[in-house]
Amino acid sequence: MVQRQRIFARAAVIAALLLVRSTSADVLPDDRADLFYSKYSGGGMDITGESVLVRKKFTENFAVEVNYFIDKVSGASIDVLSQASVIKDERKQKTGTVEYLHDKTTYTASYISSVERDYISNTASFSLSQDMFGDLTTVTLGYAKTNDKVGENDGTAFVPIIDWLGHAQTSSYSAGASQILTKNLIAGVNLNVIADSGYLANPYRSIRYVDSQSAKGYSLASQVYPDTHTSTAVQVQAKYYLPYRAALTGSYRFYSDTWGVIGNTYELDYTHPIRNVWIFEGRVRYYKQNQANFYSDLFPFNPAQNFEARDQNLAALDNTTIGGKITYAFLPDGWKMFKRATLTFDISRIRFNYLDFRNIKYYGLPEYQPGTEPLYQFNATVGQLFMSVFF
Amino acid sequence: MRARSVSILMAMLVLSACGGIQPWVKPYERDRLADPIMAWDRDAISGAYLDHIRESREGSRGATGGAGGGCGCN
Repeated sequence: MVQRQRIFARAAVIAALLLVRSTSADVLPDDRADLFYSKYSGGGMDITGESVLVRKKFTENFAVEVNYFIDKVSGASIDVLSQASVIKDERKQKTGTVEYLHDKTTYTASYISSVERDYISNTASFSLSQDMFGDLTTVTLGYAKTNDKVGENDGTAFVPIIDWLGHAQTSSYSAGASQILTKNLIAGVNLNVIADSGYLANPYRSIRYVDSQSAKGYSLASQVYPDTHTSTAVQVQAKYYLPYRAALTGSYRFYSDTWGVIGNTYELDYTHPIRNVWIFEGRVRYYKQNQANFYSDLFPFNPAQNFEARDQNLAALDNTTIGGKITYAFLPDGWKMFKRATLTFDISRIRFNYLDFRNIKYYGLPEYQPGTEPLYQFNATVGQLFMSVFF
Repeated sequence: MRARSVSILMAMLVLSACGGIQPWVKPYERDRLADPIMAWDRDAISGAYLDHIRESREGSRGATGGAGGGCGCN
């Protein structure tokens, strides 16, 4: 719950945008069904996710996709250690998508509903994808609108009392192009502008400020966020087919927003199949951002400025991911209505380093005066196991 | 006036591009690009989930996808 406010609205938008990217003009993808399980462990949190996806073409020009995702979170994050109760929460997300192909244009519309007891999010999205220049170029344009209802649980994890705090709206505009450069090389560029307004703070996180009246030397207070937020992200990527049968992908993303956060993401991915049975994939990713201009780990007094935040997502941070993925293809000759099937295991290890967010575990220990505690850092492991059948 | 001239020039460029550009990678040369290992994102749920994990712990968001399937192979 603590880490998940604001997050879910974003996730819904991202999921909507994913539909944009998974759409290919010219021909609709194969029918498929996926059963998915995931587990995240890190920073005191355990999150499990289960999902089912079914995609069906009713004609060569018309397809429907439905997806149900449920995730359950439990544990005690660093925020919980300072103030809140035990975390135990569940989120259910339903997505429905329709796709229509006309000549070289694919139109996609989707609706996403995400519900947890203290956060309700609904997203509608539309995109179109067009092949042009002898199918060397694919251009995609997308729009998504999200409405969120933001609450706070004033009760306990087991007996919730929800205080609804406000609403937030998000508009996402995306444009992208994918370009065949040679018979071995394809490149892409994606632009995404997202504008939020309304209640944008995470009610479960607090600022802290110097307070000589407190035994600890500081006190906690509510965060105060601007009620608007606009971000721009641009990603460039390229994928190269190596002289033997393998692929190398490189990408870079630049991010900037009106809160002063600037982020840079670098990723490298290597994919290596063995016959038509196994696909091995390895990846490294590095991300770095500076802090938002109204963020501080410790304010000198309260209120020290109009807007105040101590959300770790807005701190200066970097993280490094090393991951691998193994896909095993079975039923090569099909079985009954199924053409083929795959089983995939994916695992990532992420190291998070915060550069100006201090570890509250040390709050109140005499050897650590407020603002001198060790910086927060943790490792997370993300595992996924899923089966896909194509029919 | 200048903006109008630029608009006309851009429109002419776009129109000439539509009529003049020939695919320099022929459809029969795209077998490698059609290989599943060349897809931007092979598994939609998995990709969305990893995006979700990252977005919930970073200040950045968006623009993480490939625009369309895009290999033009089919």
